[in-house]
This record gives sequence, structure tokens and C-alpha cells, in this order.
Amino acid sequence: MTTAPPAAPGAAPAPGAAQPAPAGPADGADVVLRIDDLRIATTGDAEILHGISLSLRRGQLLGLVGESGSGKTTAGLACLGHFRAGLKHTGGSVTIWPRGGERIVVQELGEDALRQLRGARVAYIPQDPALSLNPAMRVGEQIREVLDVHRWGDSDAAREARVAEVLADVGLPSDRDYRRRWPHQLSGGQQQRIGIAMAFAMFPDVLILDEPTTGLDVSTQAHVLDTIRDMTRRNDVAGLYITHDLAVVAELADRVAVMLRGMLVEEGPVERVLHHPEHDYTKRLLEAVPDLAGRKAIGGDPYRDSPARIADDATAPPLLAARNIRLSYGEAQILDGIDLTLEPGECTMLLGESGSGKTTLSRCVAGLIDDYTGTVALESAQLAPSTRKRTAEQRSAIQYVFQSPFSSLNPRRTIGESLTVPLETSQRVPKARRRRVVEEALDAVRLGRSFFDRRPGDLSGGERQRAAIARALVNSPRVLVCDEVTSALDVSVQASIIGLLRRLREENGLAMLFVTHNITLARHIADNLAILNRGRIVDYGPVDDVFAHPTHAYTKALLADIPTL
Amino acid sequence: MSTHILTSDPTGAPPRTSSKPPGVLRRVWAQSEGRVGIVLTAVVVVLAVFGPLLAAPLTGYTPYQFADRPFAHSGVFGTDNLGRSVLARFLDGGRLLLLYSVLATALGMVVGGALGMLAAYARGWLDSVIMRLNDIVLAIPQLVFALLAITVLGPKGWVLVVVIGLTHAPRIARVARSATLRVINEDYIRAAEMYSVPRWRIIGREILPNIAGPLSVEAGLRLTYSIGAIASLSFLGLGMQPPTADWGLMINENRIALSVQPWGVLLSVFAIAVLTIGTNLLADAIARATAQTTVEE
Amino acid sequence: MIAKLIAKRLAVSVLILLAVSVIVFAATLLLPGDPARAILGQQATPERIAALNEQMHLDQPPVVRYFLWLGGLFTGDFGLSTSANAPVAVLLGERLGNSLVLMALAALISVPVGIAVGIFSALHRGRRSDSAVTWVTLALAALPEFVIGIGLITLFATSVLKILPAVTMSPPGQPVWLIPSQLVLPTLTLALVVAPYIARMMRATMIEVLDSGYIEMARLKGVPERRVIFRHALPHAIGPVAQVVAIQLAWLAGGVVVVEFLFRFPGMGQALIDAVNYRDVAVVQAVSMIVAAVYIVVNLAADIIGIMADPKLRSAAA
Repeated sequence: MTTAPPAAPGAAPAPGAAQPAPAGPADGADVVLRIDDLRIATTGDAEILHGISLSLRRGQLLGLVGESGSGKTTAGLACLGHFRAGLKHTGGSVTIWPRGGERIVVQELGEDALRQLRGARVAYIPQDPALSLNPAMRVGEQIREVLDVHRWGDSDAAREARVAEVLADVGLPSDRDYRRRWPHQLSGGQQQRIGIAMAFAMFPDVLILDEPTTGLDVSTQAHVLDTIRDMTRRNDVAGLYITHDLAVVAELADRVAVMLRGMLVEEGPVERVLHHPEHDYTKRLLEAVPDLAGRKAIGGDPYRDSPARIADDATAPPLLAARNIRLSYGEAQILDGIDLTLEPGECTMLLGESGSGKTTLSRCVAGLIDDYTGTVALESAQLAPSTRKRTAEQRSAIQYVFQSPFSSLNPRRTIGESLTVPLETSQRVPKARRRRVVEEALDAVRLGRSFFDRRPGDLSGGERQRAAIARALVNSPRVLVCDEVTSALDVSVQASIIGLLRRLREENGLAMLFVTHNITLARHIADNLAILNRGRIVDYGPVDDVFAHPTHAYTKALLADIPTL
Repeated sequence: MSTHILTSDPTGAPPRTSSKPPGVLRRVWAQSEGRVGIVLTAVVVVLAVFGPLLAAPLTGYTPYQFADRPFAHSGVFGTDNLGRSVLARFLDGGRLLLLYSVLATALGMVVGGALGMLAAYARGWLDSVIMRLNDIVLAIPQLVFALLAITVLGPKGWVLVVVIGLTHAPRIARVARSATLRVINEDYIRAAEMYSVPRWRIIGREILPNIAGPLSVEAGLRLTYSIGAIASLSFLGLGMQPPTADWGLMINENRIALSVQPWGVLLSVFAIAVLTIGTNLLADAIARATAQTTVEE
Repeated sequence: MIAKLIAKRLAVSVLILLAVSVIVFAATLLLPGDPARAILGQQATPERIAALNEQMHLDQPPVVRYFLWLGGLFTGDFGLSTSANAPVAVLLGERLGNSLVLMALAALISVPVGIAVGIFSALHRGRRSDSAVTWVTLALAALPEFVIGIGLITLFATSVLKILPAVTMSPPGQPVWLIPSQLVLPTLTLALVVAPYIARMMRATMIEVLDSGYIEMARLKGVPERRVIFRHALPHAIGPVAQVVAIQLAWLAGGVVVVEFLFRFPGMGQALIDAVNYRDVAVVQAVSMIVAAVYIVVNLAADIIGIMADPKLRSAAA
């Protein structure tokens, strides 16, 4: 009875139609999928899922939350009977109760039955649509393929009509020309909605969503989330929404489950878990999530704004001033007349989405890009565009920290060797004392001297980012340019790095240009906020002012679209 | 550590005082291909290096002495086309092949590696010029190029080394260039630029160690092909010249009697086969061993 | 867009061929000795030598000689063979045909076999059959062609079995394909050298494609495995594999030299070896140019296939 094929060909029920209550499990009539004590190990016999149990209910979304390495994707894929290379199922089961069908135990299915289950009864929406759509197949054909392989409907015309219908459902054009487009002709948001259309084509009972909005801009994310919420309700499916973003869960899900290193630590209604967490880990995770209002103290003490430091001598030139920075590559105007100033000890957040030019701007300031027009001045001295042409003192004064700690440290050299490089070229410190200076910097970022002889490969992402920050500190800079330094990191690590940067500012009086796409960090770190949109600064001022009185439509939309806990 | 840092941040790993990635050699040896490759290569290398010393003591004849009638079956492996001891000549016949192959490979690696890194690091017109020159040399197959050079300059040792080395260079340059391009977009190169580290030091300290993996794979491959190319030329009668004892040349000299006295041919064929298979397995094992470290995260 | 790209590749190919011709021609300038004396022998009178020099344009400056030679290539005049004392075109004409037959047969066997073995190996990744394929192809790819050839001769023509001829038996002037059995071993040797490379590349490419997100997605959509491979994966492997096949086919043009020598096959390679021994530069030049032309044409074809297989370029043209 367990291997009954799911849903007879062409017999998929109409969406939203009143369903006879399926023969559900004993513990709840509307449970569609149940995971019982699921265990998964590597082929090397290291267990990575230690017995997960979960239930998905019809018409409800369950948010599965965890940081990288928690095993949430592995658990999600197991619902489709899929294990990535190097993983194997070692215990437990996934049971599905489809509409009007027999109970299915996924782990007991043969290859053919499993294939009939996938894409039909259980559908998957992947993380990166750009990688998950076949670049050599037209998008309409990729949706149509799901219907073809599951023999939906009774004619080609019916299947074509269903493709058009589901495209319209997700808010995409459904005409023939659009269906004949290639994936690369679509934007990221459109590609993801193709993925959603593909998942809903067969009227599935269960939907597994694997971080479907990671990598999308805030406004696109809001749009895609709306589509997901709407489609889930309308089609009455049970959804498992895998994510690291608690704010998204708060907006979208009915229930939430929290995973930590292959274990489920807490599960319950969203309201209860997010506002009255029981498990320590959930509590700490929630504390680490930045919020727009800045009520929380992520990564340590609350941020104390000290307005006194701003412009105590109005006549003196600002510490750092960028004037009318312009840069274009061919037709594309990357930066279109940027003016930005930074006073001693001040932190300005430069906020922009991908493609806004924020990294380009920060690299112009740091001297990594030298073909811009306009000027960058340190106090009253105008700086040469390239760091190679700046004086050693100027180079030391402005330090830049890269986005990815996995790329910014040479894997073949020890942390100590990498951190000594700035001292070698600045010649500020005699050779004999360099090791001491580097060790002090390692202490300052709370890594400790023992890291001097270790290599990046042994360090976690957070540790590496601390080392990269330490490299920026060895020359005692006056300005720190931080380019998306937390975006490659988990939220808890992000919190600790934010805490570290805040403390370094207070201890050393560092001025900081904090570049990010994450507006919720603003009140946790910055005094001023500059919003960058398509190479222009569209809103600029103290954080509270910009939040209270956004002037540009882009800023207003940004503040409206941001999901909050 | 601040009080609010989560336990998951600094991982559970206890701090060690120093850390080195496990040696490439150990990871090569951990694979069956690596072990077989090392053993096969070592056997032939030992044979080629120490064989010349053993030739006379073992057989009683020098490689150039006449021992019997041509293609006779006296001694362990009989005599060759001129009646010299096959075993003596076999023991003496690997040294030059190995030497020339290693020299040609080294020449190709130095020239090709430098050109490839330069092209990738300089970009712009220099890159275009180097790569177009590469395309031109690549359009003539290595063997044909070698024959052209030998026609003009004669079959001399240095001609073999230089022409094989230089025809390897464009192929190696391609590998070095693409490996460098992969590395050069890493932020640690940008960081070195930012700290105004001298360019030669960026190439030597930041780039070279990080492309050592693909380069050593290429060296192994090229050594395999160098051995094949030089042995082929000798086999064609256009490499080592008589009366030199050489495996490739021995095959040329003795193949007319393959059905009567096969040892003059088969010993050499076997040695060349074992050597090339050994170096190729080794190159493949190095590729697997280094792939694990070059891909971080 | 596509037409423009192809036109650009074509122009580059012509330029490369021209550059190759400069290198090949420059070789003659380095040559010591006197070709006319080589042809006419030591007893030739100075008048006859001068006359032949004039006929071969040896009295002209190098630049003029280069263009005369290049012009000759276009009209099928490859110069005079000093060893045979005959036009190179006559000497090579029939041999070129023989070599092309050999190469075509080898390509016809090795390309489909290599691709099939590569796909098979990729689909059985990590299993015993895959590892067996890996070992065999690694070993075969390492061996020089004469080693494989002698191995085959030992197995099938002399010591173990005696079912195939060890050398070509056709008398001069007779087409080689009239005695098919003599083609078996040379063809097999070339195919065994070429196929492993194609198989290894096909395997690597397929594995890379099979690891991609859209393949996992196709499987999670419930697409049958056969369709995953043939509809989703294979089209992405065409471009890279076309490149490797081209390089290998072009390699055949050089590899055929050793194989022809080994089997005494009356082809272009055999003529090349003879010419090198006699220092017959005109023949060496002609063969080098023919081989380079083959290489460039085959690579151009692979480039065009690669361009056509890329939907981004195709759709940009539409």
C-alpha cells in the first residue's frame, strides 16, 4: 500500500476546489507531510542530521531556520527522497498524504515511483534561479517539461494552456514570445518566478522552498515573497520554507522550526517562537538579528551615539571628502557625481543594492580603482587616485576591508605573514617590532596571538573576517572602509563583527565608511546614512532623519519593503 | 571574546599554535593512482640512472662491444642488429632520454610559466600579443615542428631539448595564464596591490604559490609528453644517433627482427611504457591532490 | 552577431596560417648548404647550378622568395623536391590521399567511441566500471603512438597471433584501401591514441555538467534519467568536447607521421621522414603547411560548433 503511484495522470484537482478531507494521520487531520526521526550521515559515517521530526499542514508554511551548516537544506531535500553526493539516509522516514491518494513513505519508493513523486506531489523551489534553470532550454519548455514527464492533461494544447495559466498566476506574461525566452533574457526576480511557476504547475501537495529569495534585492524579494504567499494559499499546499532570515519567516510563515547543527531545537507558531523563544539558541539567534528600529543591542553594548563629536570645529576641512566622483565603463555610468564627507570618529553607512556602485565608490576612496574623475581628499590634501601613488602615510590612514573573508587572505600564507604585509610597505615600524604590532592587532580583534601562525584554511568565516580587520588595523588608520564585511557571514557572526567594529570605533576614534546592502544594520553602527541608487546618492543625512523623512521614492520603497521581525 | 558572541562563531576547534596544509606528497600517496605512479616512475628512473653503471658488470659487455652474431639468442636477452648485448644497451639506454625529457620540460615550464603569468598579470596588449604568438606555435603539431627544426639544424641533443621545450611552452603558458587569472581576481591580490607591494613580489609570493598546483600537474603531463616525443624522434631515427644506446633508437634498429629476436624491441617498449604511464598517473594524482587545496570553501 | 563572430574567427585563422607560413619559410633561410648542388650532385657545372638557382628563385632576396613561395602554395606549386628531383605536389599528391584515408578512419572510430566511453564513465562515477575506465584511459593516454603500435604488432601480427599484416603491402601507386587488412593496425593505433583523450575530456565535462544546479533541478522535477542526460546535460558538453575533438583530430595530422613510419604506410608522414633524412626542405615545408592548415580548419570548425551550441549567442542573433 505504500508504493501506490501518486495522483493518476491528468487527475490533478483544480486549485482551491473543496477537497474531501484526505485520510490523514492520526495526530492531525490536515497533516500532509511528516518527517519522523530523520537521520542522514555522510558516506564517511559522520551523522549530520540527528533525528529530525516535523509536520507540514495543508495551506500552511513552516519556516525552517538555521545558520549555514545546520542541515536545513539536507532535511528539505530528503522530503523529495534526494540526497546530495556524499550523503546517505540512515534512519527515519518521510510520509506524505496526498489529496485523495494513498499514504506514501518516500524512503520506501523505488526509482520510478520517486520520480513520479518529484515535481508532481512534492515540488522544489531552489535557492539560485540563475543556476537552476537550464540555460540551453527556453523557459516555457522548462515548465512544460514538468507537465510532460508527469503526463498531465490529455493533450498538448491542455499542457500549453496550463503553462500559460501558471505563468499568469505568478504574475509573468504568458504569451508565446515570453515562453520562448531563454533564462538569461530574464531578470533574477523573473527567473525565480519561473521556478515558482514550475513548482506549482502540477498542483503539488507539498512545496519545499530553499532560500528562494537569497540573493535578490529587497524590492524583488518582497515581490517574490508576495507571489509565494499568494500561491501557497490559493493552491492550498503545505510549504517548507528553508531560510536563514528570521525576518522573512516572521512575514511569511505560520509556524517556525529552528535547527542547530543537525538538530531541531525548537518548533512552534511564529508568534510564540519569535517573541517568546524557549531554547537558548533561538534566543541568541533572535538577539543577533538587526532591527530597523535599533531597539536591540546586537553584538554587545547598545550603540551610543555621541553627537558631540560631529563638527566641533566647523571651519576645519573634513577628515575625508569625496567630491564629484564619476566613473563610467563604456555606456554604463557607474558613479554619477558622488559627494561624501566623513568627520573624525564618524560612521557613515553607504547603502545600496547590487549594481548601485557602492563597492566601486568605496574602492575609489581606498585607491583600488584609479580611473575615476573627481577628487578624494584626506583633510586638506588631495589624494592620488591609485594607492601606489599615495604616500605611505596616506595609505596607512585609509584602510579597506574586503567583503569576502574567504578571498581576502592568501590561503598559502599564515595569518601573521599576511598581516605583516601592510607594515612592510609602510615602513612605520622597524622589522623587529612588527610581530608585536601584529599580535596586538590580533588581540584587538579578539582573536588572540595564537592565530599568528595559523592559515586561513583552519579558520571559520568570522575568524577570517576578524583577521582581515586586524590587517587593516596594524597601521593605525584614521578611516576604515568596510565593504559589505558581514554579508558573507551568518547572522550571529555578523552581530559579533558589528560589535567589534563598534568597539574599535570607540576605542580608537576611527572614522568609518560602512558599505552594505542591509539597511537594518543602520541604527546598530552608523551616525549618517547615504543611500546610493544607480550611481547617485539619493538620500543623505543622519540615520534618524533619513528614516523619518525619506525624500526619494527609492528610499521610501526600500523602507516599506524591508521584512521585520 | 564579547559576551554576546554565539558559540558557533569561533567554531569548536581548539586553537593550535601552527597549521600547515597536509603535504601534497602525502595526499598523492594516499591515492592508489599516486602510489602506482610513484612506484612505476621510480623503478624506471632508478633503472635509467644506475643502469649505465651496471651494464658492463652484469653482462660482461659494454653497450658498444660486439658480443655475438646479430640477433643471436646468447646472453639473457640476446644480441641486437649489430651483435651487441641487448641487456647492456638496455641498461645504458634510458639515461639520455630521461635527461633530455627533464631538461625540455624544465625549459618549457620556465618559458611557458613566465609567459602565461605575465600575460594574465599584465592583461591588455601584452596579453594579446603573447596569446596570439601562442596560437601560431600551436598551429604546428609538436612533432612536425621538431622535424622542421631537425631538418634545418640536424639531430643534435640541444636541438631536441630546445625544440620540445619551446613547443611545450605555449601549452604551458595557457595553463599558467588561466590559473593566474583565477587567482588574480581574489581579494588577497587586490589587498597586496592596495598595500603597494612591489609587483615582482606579488607574482612571487601571492600568485606563484597559489598556482603551484595546476603548474605541477602540467609539469607531470609535459614530462610524459616530452618522454614520448623524444623517444618517438629517436624511434624515427631523428633523435639520438647511432651508436648511442637509447631505448627509442633500439626499437628502430631492432624492429625488423621483432618476430625472431623480440627483446631488442620489447624491453625498450616496456620501459618507455612503464615510465610514461607512471608519470601520467602521477600527474593525475597531483591534480586530485591539489584540487582539494586550491578550492577554498 | 553570429555571422560577425564567425567572420572574426575566420579572419584570425587566415592570419595565423600566414604567420605559420612565415615561420616555415624562415626555416629555409637557416639551412646551410646549397639546394641546387644537392639536387644536381657534386659534378654539376656552375652554369647548370646557376640555371637551377634561377629556376628555384634562389638568386632572389628572401622577401621576394617568400612571396613567390606563398603564391605557389595557392596555385598548388609547392616547389621542387631536391631528393626526388620532382615537383613536391606530384610527390605528395597520392600520399596525401592515403594519409587522409587513415586519419578519417581513425577519427570515425575514436570520436564516437571516446564520447560514448566518456559518458558511460561519467554516469557510473565512483563505481568500479568508472575507475577501470579511468585507469585504462590514463595509461593509454600516456603511451607514445609507436609503443601502442608495436604492442598491437606483437599481439596481432608477429608473436602472439599472426592474423594481420605488420606492414603495408600495397605496391607503390596502388590505392591502399584495396587491401583493407593492412589498414586495420595503423587505424587501430591512431584510434587508441586519440580515443582516451576524448573519453577523459567527455567524462570531465559531463561530470561538471551533471553537478550543476539545473541538473539537480531537473531530477527534482521528476525528469527521467535518460532525458536528464540527453536533453539537459549533453547539449552543454558539446562545446567543450568539440574543442577537444578538434585538437585530437588536428593531432592526428602529426601523429600519423610516426604511425606511417612504423607500418611503412605510403602516406604523407612517411614522405616527411624521408625528406627530413635527406634535408629536403621543400617537402618538409609543404607537409608542415598542409598539417597546419588541417589543424586550423578543424579548430575553426570546432569554434563554429561551439558558437552555434551557445543559446546566449544564438538568441542574441535572433
